Amino acid sequence: MANAQPLVSEKDYSRYGFREPDESVYRTKKGLSREIVEEISKIKNEPKWMLDFRLKALEFFQKRPLPTWGPDLSSLNFDEIVYYIKPTEKQAKSWEDLPEGIRRTFEKLGIPEAERKFLAGVGSQYDSEVVYHKLKEDLEKQGVIFTDMDTGMREYPEIVKKYFGTIIPPNDNKFAALNSCVWSGGSFVYIPEGVEVKTPLQAYFRINSENMGQFERTLIIAEPNSKCHYIEGCTAATYQADALHAAVVEIVALPGSHVRYTTLQNWSTNVYNLVTKRARAYENAFVEWLDANIGSKATMKYPSIYLVGRGSRAEILSIAFAGKGQNLDAGAKAIHMAPDTSSKIVNKSVSKDGGRTNFRGFVKIFPGAINSKSHTRCDALILDEKSNSGTIPQLDIDENRVNVGHEATVGKVGEDQLFYLMSRGLSEDEAVAMIVNGFFETFVKELPLEYAVEFNRLIQLEMTGAVG
Amino acid sequence: MTELEIRNLHASVNGKKILKGVNLKIRQGELHALMGPNGSGKSTLSYVLMGHPKYVVEQGEILVDGENIIGLTADKRAKLGLFLGFQYPVEVPGVTLKNFLWRTYKTLNNGNSSFVDFNEMLSEKLEVLKMDKSFITRYLNEGFSGGEKKRAEVLQLSVLKPKIAIMDETDSGLDVDSLKIVSSGINKLAREGIGIFLITHYQRILNYVKPEFVHILIDGKVVKSGDYRLAKEIEEKGYEGIVNG
Repeated sequence: MANAQPLVSEKDYSRYGFREPDESVYRTKKGLSREIVEEISKIKNEPKWMLDFRLKALEFFQKRPLPTWGPDLSSLNFDEIVYYIKPTEKQAKSWEDLPEGIRRTFEKLGIPEAERKFLAGVGSQYDSEVVYHKLKEDLEKQGVIFTDMDTGMREYPEIVKKYFGTIIPPNDNKFAALNSCVWSGGSFVYIPEGVEVKTPLQAYFRINSENMGQFERTLIIAEPNSKCHYIEGCTAATYQADALHAAVVEIVALPGSHVRYTTLQNWSTNVYNLVTKRARAYENAFVEWLDANIGSKATMKYPSIYLVGRGSRAEILSIAFAGKGQNLDAGAKAIHMAPDTSSKIVNKSVSKDGGRTNFRGFVKIFPGAINSKSHTRCDALILDEKSNSGTIPQLDIDENRVNVGHEATVGKVGEDQLFYLMSRGLSEDEAVAMIVNGFFETFVKELPLEYAVEFNRLIQLEMTGAVG
Repeated sequence: MTELEIRNLHASVNGKKILKGVNLKIRQGELHALMGPNGSGKSTLSYVLMGHPKYVVEQGEILVDGENIIGLTADKRAKLGLFLGFQYPVEVPGVTLKNFLWRTYKTLNNGNSSFVDFNEMLSEKLEVLKMDKSFITRYLNEGFSGGEKKRAEVLQLSVLKPKIAIMDETDSGLDVDSLKIVSSGINKLAREGIGIFLITHYQRILNYVKPEFVHILIDGKVVKSGDYRLAKEIEEKGYEGIVNG
């Protein structure tokens, strides 16, 4: 049990960064090749169309260079990554049926408890596979599908084939291509017409193994006038060696539907988090991304919404908190392709102990998207001289009859603000933590209470766990 | 009974000498008023007492129960029982007044406090200060009017219950009705045993708050101390009249 000991480096990650011994039942050898891709497809016993999809994507991945912008990815060694690790023989429907180490992991992370208290359904992925999945019976009866992506592909091929890879094609970018060739796990969500799922569906992604690459793939289809809130949390065991997470998330919001997608990303600081997330919103549909980036070594993530239907709406509210050694390059994209569409982008970022945050916003309004509205606001808070923050907004407006705005602020914690709080008995750390919590409040108040509490605790840990 | 003693205090800000030898003694349960013209160093004294890092003490001592607190950060001074009611309270977006009060209350009580008791106590204090319950759900000082900010300071004072409170121009920016409410709040706290050191530019608040001791600060020094009648004298003669007379 020696390696079950948490590894505590600069930060106290013992709450999230603990390890369990490797008890996986199958793993590919490290590195990526055509053989590895075929091996993954074979283990999964996939139809030929999916193998073809994977192999095509592998070509795209091999051809594309690394992005020349954003965080430095030069130390990311694709040959050192293990692309597929199968943790258990089969998926469990009850926590008791899981191997001891995996069950202990999710218990420490509070997932079974959250499920009992307030979730409509839970999926838990451990390394490459979803090891536990459950949806409340009444939702099943209403035709809601919430399962892992592999099962989704097997059991609902007609729906999956129709949408899979259509929102984010495999050649969209290098990491979408990588995901497309080695994807495993993730969620498949289908909400039938008119059904409102009132409590959140939650997926939890855990990386336990060293040198691991996790490539889950999520597809959400909201039929007309349906509604759902999907929440994902991500954490990883802490190691010296790098790990890679490259997910693809596709959302199809059909007319009049409302999809909210919340991410609380708290990977350990050895994880490269290179994720592509995109939604397509049809007539009068409303899509919200709530995206919190706290962990990871480097993040590149720009949740996007394509407003293709008249009257569709987009809200992208994201936060980033970068500490020592972290480079969080996050942002948002809103693409207006129809009249009367609106988008709201809000970003809040904090950097400390030499961390770097960068906000990239992209708003595009196509000709004919008349009466469209878009507003972007980004605020950065820099906590010390070693840290920094950048803002790269891009507006590309090809229509005159629109209303577009952009605001940006960069601030530091003021001496007077600190003195005021300290004069009431708070230590300097507590005072700064309070200012940071207040800074993120616009985000936190959108979270369900249980997550808001967890989020505030995370910030507290970041603020007081990393001294010097 | 806690005692704040200021001995021969010299202090500067940005290289400019402001305090030039202040001597004062304030005991818990006493009500003092410090008056003086603009630029005499009143606000500087309040910041120096609470430990604002921008202000440099060049000479002298600040003693709380005989212990010199110079060099202690503001939070340590708060834990010794000092409180500063700010002339210009600072906005802290996203932090509700209630959350702020609870966190600081808990901190000053070493974490031993019940949220239920706190809530009950907070409701009482709001009533005394004739403040609406919704007020505490607003973000700390953000968008508060001048009067609301001052009332929020007195609310903090009454919740945190320090031993000695320095109230810097709590009366400025208040209309007559607010002034009366804030004054009666301060009187009540003084009766409950908090030492009050009221810094004011105008004699106006002294119509409602009756100090036992009045001091006059001019050019960084206390030039005269007396009882309540000194305030009256200032009203009649002005500061110059007192110094020269």
